[in-house]
Amino acid sequence: MRATTGEKVFGVFNITFLFGLSLAALYPLIFVLFASFSDPGQLVQTRGLLLFPKGFTFDAYRMVFMNPSIGTAYLNTLFYVIAGTALNIFLSSMAAYGLSRRDVLWKNPIMFMITFTMFFEGGLIPTFLLINELGLLDTRMAIIIPTAISAFNLIIMRTAFQAVPVELEESARLDGASDFRICWSVVFPLSMPVIAVMLLFYGVSHWNSWFSAMIYLQDRALFPLQLILREILIVNDTSSMMTDISSGDQMPIGETIKYATIIVATLPILCAYPFLQKYFVKGVMIGAVKG
Amino acid sequence: MAVIEKSNGSSAGIGGSGSRISFGQRVRKDFAKNKLIYLMLSPAVAYFLLFHYGPMYGMQIAFKDFAIKLGINGSPWTGFDNFVDFFSSFYFGRILVNTILLSLYSLIFAFPAGIVLALLLNEVRKSWFKRTVQTITYMPHFISLVVVVGIMFDFLARDGLVNNMLNSLLGIEPIAFMREADWFRTLYIGSGIWQNVGWSSIIFLAAIATIDPSIYEAARIDGASRWKQTLHVTLPGIAPTIIILLILNIGQLLAVGSEKILLMYNPITYSTADVIGTYTYRKGILETNYSYAAAVGMFNAIISFTLLIIANAVSRKTSETKLW
Repeated sequence: MRATTGEKVFGVFNITFLFGLSLAALYPLIFVLFASFSDPGQLVQTRGLLLFPKGFTFDAYRMVFMNPSIGTAYLNTLFYVIAGTALNIFLSSMAAYGLSRRDVLWKNPIMFMITFTMFFEGGLIPTFLLINELGLLDTRMAIIIPTAISAFNLIIMRTAFQAVPVELEESARLDGASDFRICWSVVFPLSMPVIAVMLLFYGVSHWNSWFSAMIYLQDRALFPLQLILREILIVNDTSSMMTDISSGDQMPIGETIKYATIIVATLPILCAYPFLQKYFVKGVMIGAVKG
Repeated sequence: MAVIEKSNGSSAGIGGSGSRISFGQRVRKDFAKNKLIYLMLSPAVAYFLLFHYGPMYGMQIAFKDFAIKLGINGSPWTGFDNFVDFFSSFYFGRILVNTILLSLYSLIFAFPAGIVLALLLNEVRKSWFKRTVQTITYMPHFISLVVVVGIMFDFLARDGLVNNMLNSLLGIEPIAFMREADWFRTLYIGSGIWQNVGWSSIIFLAAIATIDPSIYEAARIDGASRWKQTLHVTLPGIAPTIIILLILNIGQLLAVGSEKILLMYNPITYSTADVIGTYTYRKGILETNYSYAAAVGMFNAIISFTLLIIANAVSRKTSETKLW
């Protein structure tokens, strides 16, 4: 089929538009990246877009890495991400396995009980009071336990587990495998794409989470990175980081510290993302379109 | 999402053959056979009971004068006092309007944006270009809200990137975007589109991929142009997906992302930015007015749930598509 003139014009317009859109999606981060390497003095004089760093210095990064509260927060975030995601995957996959089996009498009532929480919830205050009642306030557990399972992710996992052929499960059972064994050695390895998606979804949500830390934590030693980042970027407080600099330099250096902190806090996700990307489209499809 | 309606048909198998044995026997037999499965399900069941149904039980403090040392059960009942206070307060009208407007605007602008992007991507024939655009536009979805809002504060400041460019290109005087109530909605919706348009297109692209190619072929033989094919094949093909997501969005009408607003707003922009979620946070967490805030939250939860049920019922009546 030959394209008509109108379709050709549209094709060119479409490609141009999508190119512009990609640029718009990418440029803010590129700007931040360039600005973080720039010389603070030159940066404040720059107006408009950056097409490359103005000058080149690692000063801002040195400041960020030497800052003790960012270091602590980074380690805290790593803990929340690793421990939290491990708990998420462990509990969700066990539950998803159970809910994906045939011939389990209470499966549908349990499924209903879980799904219902997606549409109706007790809300912020009763949840906060519960966490308080359980004595979890101001502990690391307050960040990990209340989000131990996401109903949405659990349903995605269950749908993926249902796709594992029954024959494999039955032959494993004939070999004397228990449900634990089947879950771990048959279903789990065959569902790696969905596990990868879950790692990404759960992991990113822990990495980016700040609100529960803000309401549940008081002790700064437990703060995750995002909460410190909020102080620096939004409450606008870089003063604690620059105590050792002469007052004249403070203003401009503060700006580049902001940019460097953004990069340090975002880079791990941006690095992991391309590797997991081929899986998550699949994951979203399982969760959304099937059925 | 539609997985929900696909509650597994196979469970009928249990009752089917053994309908002569009593329910009690069936329970025992099922438990003996599936002991391990129930063991595996028990942490999840305990989790949802404690952390999701527990707060639902705690919602009753909306009808009480809650004090921490008296506990949920020990606090005295006050009937609908908290609700009356809320409905008659100055804030009620304002936060309701703000909440609904933000939701409506995102329904009008952000929701179709994902569909349009999916349709445009679908027209791209060069697969490497399509994949690259997808990879890049999905990415902002994974950036934290703190960083996104932080970048907004930086770029939109009086001496920030945006003002500098507006000034040098168009001669516009600097605007303190983040401190202008009039700008709040535009910035909230606009940044939401920037962050999520790619991500929300995935679902529609996936739906487009499931359309039978022979339908396109038939349309081509009938002489349908690309535009006509989009209009009469692609759009009807993804209509069920659009409707499901629309239902869900309507159910979320009052649940605008208050986490993002908490990061973005300040007392100067409260008049357009304050929503039910942020008000609940200030009243409950900051002012420790627990019962009142719980009443506000409960109002939110009930209206949302009702809207979801209505949207689902309407969609059920008018099309085959439904959430349950």
